[in-house]
Amino acid sequence: MRVLYFAWVRQKVGIAEEEVAPPPEVADVAGLMAWLSRQSPGHAAAFANAGQIRAAVNQDFAAPDQPVGPADEVAFFPPVTGG
Amino acid sequence: MGQVTVRVQEAPFDLAAESAALAAGRTDIGGLASFVGLCRADDGLAALVLEHYPGMTERAIARIAAEACARWPLSGCTVIHRVGRLAPGAPIVLVLTASTHRAAALESCAFLIDWLKTGAPFWKREEFAGGRDRWVEAKSADDAAAARWSAPPPDGGT
Repeated sequence: MRVLYFAWVRQKVGIAEEEVAPPPEVADVAGLMAWLSRQSPGHAAAFANAGQIRAAVNQDFAAPDQPVGPADEVAFFPPVTGG
Repeated sequence: MGQVTVRVQEAPFDLAAESAALAAGRTDIGGLASFVGLCRADDGLAALVLEHYPGMTERAIARIAAEACARWPLSGCTVIHRVGRLAPGAPIVLVLTASTHRAAALESCAFLIDWLKTGAPFWKREEFAGGRDRWVEAKSADDAAAARWSAPPPDGGT
């Protein structure tokens, strides 16, 4: 599974993207966030306040209960501020 | 559906050239509305740095543009959003909409910029003199502005 990070989420995690292989019980966006937050102190800092994080699965905005699998591209980022 | 042009680029854009391109060869357009967003120098800002999610950005904007074309009888629309480091006063975003009559052009232009602010994956970081910087936080006023177009949005980033 390819995971991408943007804006301050990327800065806190310390990398822009990574390949991860979470265990099968990690089945949705919220589960992936919880699992990622245990991978390093940077991940823990980035995901400390889940309410400030938004996600996309395969480049579409995704809710916490959206399923994720090994072939997916999942991105985590703050609420968007374009325009 | 009208002619839709979407670009994400570091380079500046030319409002006059983009307007001419949107109307070129057509005599059915009665109104062309434009919005240009500029970089404000709030609190002694030295530069604004815009980051985006390549691939998803173009996809999200194209979806918002398609929604505008479905809701208003548009001859076409153009959305150009800049990324990278921008100085105060620099143009950031261009929205152009063209239609037979003004109401559709003006309303769809407002719709597009409201949704660009909340439905496309861009993030702004402010740099100040002395090296201090901070990420711009999403504003609830922007969510409210997007929400006034009550029909189902292309999706929401916030």
